Amino acid sequence: MTSLIEATDLTVSHGGLGAPVLSHVDFLIRPAEIVTVVGPNGSGKSTLIRALLGHVALDSGRVERAPGLRIGYVPQRVHIERAMPMTVRRFLSLPHRVRDDLAAAALARTGVPGLEQRQITALSGGQFQRVLLARALLNDPQLLVLDEPTQGLDQPGIVAFYKLIEEVRAETGAAVLMVSHDLLVVMRASDRVVCLNGHVCCEGTPQAVSAAPAYRALFGAESQGTLALYRHQHDHDHDHIAGGHHHGPGCTHPH
Amino acid sequence: MLDDFLTRAALAGLGLVLATGPLGSFVIWRRMAYFGDSTAHAAILGVALSFALSAPIYLGTLAVAVAMALVVAHLTGRGQSMDTVLGVLAHSALALGLVGASFVPSLRVGLDAFLFGDILAVSRTDIVWIWGGSALVLGLLIWRWQRLVTASVNEELAMAAGIDPARERLILSLALAVVVAIAIRIVGALLISAMLIVPAAAARGFSATPERMAGSATLIGAIAVLGGLWASLRLDTPAGPSIVAISALIYVVTLGIWRK
Repeated sequence: MTSLIEATDLTVSHGGLGAPVLSHVDFLIRPAEIVTVVGPNGSGKSTLIRALLGHVALDSGRVERAPGLRIGYVPQRVHIERAMPMTVRRFLSLPHRVRDDLAAAALARTGVPGLEQRQITALSGGQFQRVLLARALLNDPQLLVLDEPTQGLDQPGIVAFYKLIEEVRAETGAAVLMVSHDLLVVMRASDRVVCLNGHVCCEGTPQAVSAAPAYRALFGAESQGTLALYRHQHDHDHDHIAGGHHHGPGCTHPH
Repeated sequence: MLDDFLTRAALAGLGLVLATGPLGSFVIWRRMAYFGDSTAHAAILGVALSFALSAPIYLGTLAVAVAMALVVAHLTGRGQSMDTVLGVLAHSALALGLVGASFVPSLRVGLDAFLFGDILAVSRTDIVWIWGGSALVLGLLIWRWQRLVTASVNEELAMAAGIDPARERLILSLALAVVVAIAIRIVGALLISAMLIVPAAAARGFSATPERMAGSATLIGAIAVLGGLWASLRLDTPAGPSIVAISALIYVVTLGIWRK
């Protein structure tokens, strides 16, 4: 099966200055696959997403998207100014007008039916994330890209949101690419997990990754099944001496 | 009919609010208030240049306002803070304009008209310029409306839809330059941003969508123009400031009905 997006040897730095945020990252996602990117703050998760979508300039490497690929995107931390009046209905018609019945169906699908006339800025965090997801579903996407979609949700809200995403995938067959901090839930919902820290630390199935020494070192608390804070060994050794650090299965970067 | 200075003033003011209603809404949504202010200040340099070169005022102010928009876009694109760039450019241009104006004898007495506007002195030619400029800006905004609104809501969402936020930002800056150029004769450099911001701010309170806010802002602006001219005639107050004062009054009233 061919991939929806395939990136080879990506290196990206902010404005071409300073140390690269991403170095030599290979990535691909296939149809109907749920792939989650995990990693500490500043590990380049959002930059990877934006590079895959073509929103940032690459220092080197290549991103190939399947021709005509339809992407539904939920960016991180969408903030809408209170100064801007915007109903949910109007928001769904940006930038392409959609029919009333399609808008209503999308809202119903994501569990927020009948919100059309509410002001966007008056929604709760959970409602707003569902409206963003509804908007992303409007163009019948082959790939959903969700950058920390459960930010600001409480624990039941997070579980419900991932359940919704799995349902959507099952119904539409869309692939899902997510960035997430909610390790435990994500590990259950994903087909493949990519652990990022400027480069790909380890990747593979949740089972394989969770068995990997690197994963256990990075996510010690959670690998014991707790919902404790997600901790990452930020300064783990990268001196590229053979045996200097361990990789999980599927690790791609060379020594 | 056009022989009457009051009719000409009303026509000029109504022409202007056609553009300032929708554009002022964008100024509020995108927090570009300081940008409008700065462009208006810089336009004084355009007035001085026009007098020095014996060119039409509208061309001089338009050229300086457009140049300002391009320089701001360039410098902020290189990572300079918007606030800083505007502060430097606005005050430098205003100072240069005032220094330049001191070399133009005919301007030393008349600069007040460009700082505070003189809507009662607009000619038929002015009305043509104003309606032409306003129609241009309004047409531009309507043509790109969906893209402009999307980019104003969220730049990431806009980029994902294939919209270049930097381009839409530049288009708004250029539209603002045109409005400043046409408004400088009417309300003057100091009150232009008031005409952009106050009616739109008043419209926010009872608008549910961007379109309704833009439309209401235009309507409130029109009421302010007519009310301000009427007040100016009855109370013998300066016309430009009276128009802004009426807008402010409407804003205060709408605060009471702000819908959360």
